[in-house]
Amino acid sequence: MSAMIIDAFSWALLMAGSLLMVVGALGLIRMPDFYTRMHAAGITDTLGADLILLGLMVQAGFSLVTVKLLLIGAFLFFTSPTSTHAIANAALTAGLKPQVGGADAEDGAAEKEDE
Amino acid sequence: MSVESFIDITLLVFLGLTAFAILKLRALFAVVMLSSVFSLLSAGLLVHLDAVDVAFTEAAVGAGISTVLMLATLALTSRREKAPTRTQALPLIVVFLTGMALVYGTLDMPRFGDASAPVHNHVAPKYINDTASEIGMPNIVTAVLASYRGFDTLGEVTVIFTAGIGVLLLLGAYIREPTGLRVQTMDHHLVLRVVTKVLIGPILLFALYVQFHGDYGPGGGFQAGVIFAAAFIIYALVFGLENARKAVPGSAVRMLVACGVLLYGGVGVVSFAFGQNYLNYSVLGASQVAGQHLGILLVEFGVGLTVSAVMVSTFYAFAGQNPPISDEDW
Repeated sequence: MSAMIIDAFSWALLMAGSLLMVVGALGLIRMPDFYTRMHAAGITDTLGADLILLGLMVQAGFSLVTVKLLLIGAFLFFTSPTSTHAIANAALTAGLKPQVGGADAEDGAAEKEDE
Repeated sequence: MSVESFIDITLLVFLGLTAFAILKLRALFAVVMLSSVFSLLSAGLLVHLDAVDVAFTEAAVGAGISTVLMLATLALTSRREKAPTRTQALPLIVVFLTGMALVYGTLDMPRFGDASAPVHNHVAPKYINDTASEIGMPNIVTAVLASYRGFDTLGEVTVIFTAGIGVLLLLGAYIREPTGLRVQTMDHHLVLRVVTKVLIGPILLFALYVQFHGDYGPGGGFQAGVIFAAAFIIYALVFGLENARKAVPGSAVRMLVACGVLLYGGVGVVSFAFGQNYLNYSVLGASQVAGQHLGILLVEFGVGLTVSAVMVSTFYAFAGQNPPISDEDW
């Protein structure tokens, strides 16, 4: 019985992580400009990957594998948001303007080409 | 189709697509990123082939540090590849014919996973049978790499040493040690500085773990050296080259480049002195197994020293060529 609860819990985490991965990938293709795409990509490797790791930890139980997964998760928890931040920051300092509002879409693209 | 072959085929298809994209793209930043993806995919493939040590090296060297070094190169050169001016018919024919010859050559090779293939019947059974008694190490790869095939690894380390010296000579890093430049602190990058400070310690610790745990699990001097260098490079990237040079001067790093190879070769000379063959570690300890353990530990340490020093000094040489970015430009 308890094995079934553990399985269900870990599957829920794995499915939630996978769902976020798919949503992030979809957003990466469908979003209109760079910053919104960054937003989508950030979901994949932060919450998506960490939820999947959490699901795997539940499967592994109290073992060395869990400790290793925990370390990987902690590493991702620090590095992924930082890299997203660094890329978005670099784009902003390079002069890429965020696209604001639907009508500005054409203007934003033209402005970027001017620079 | 089994799950195994499905994973293999998926990874190989992605490898092919990445290689094709690298060929077609002219934006070199994207090419560098794709080559990193290529390395990561091959690392995945190697894990799937149960070659974790090789996969580890591929991930650390190919996907990790070489990407950083290539980006540093791009900062010195152009961001776009020049479009070819002449027709490419002749190179295409040459490549096609070579490829066909190689494919024809593979027809003579044993089938994938064939138990009667020469590679499984030559020295591999001896290594698998005798490692436990002769070397006494759980990780046979390390035993083969550092002891049975110690000469090959000495050659590899010498190749890395020579390549590093070549890069330093080309970039003229041995003269240029600029002083008095304004120290870069990246004052505006609070997030990067904090996270880097948090991560450098664990990265160095992990490098030491990989270095000294290589006898028991996947790892060893090559991977550890690269990870160790990565910690220094991330420090130089975030806190500025001048600060990194203050922590580890370029002259010290260049000294370490030679020290690693010297240590490796020196272990061989010591085994000479005890009246044994070059790089036969059995005489170094009280028993054969103890001697092998000590020898492999020292030799792997030499590898790690040279690899990390070459990586750091190459990065110093590349980054030193760039004018420092003033704080206002960030």
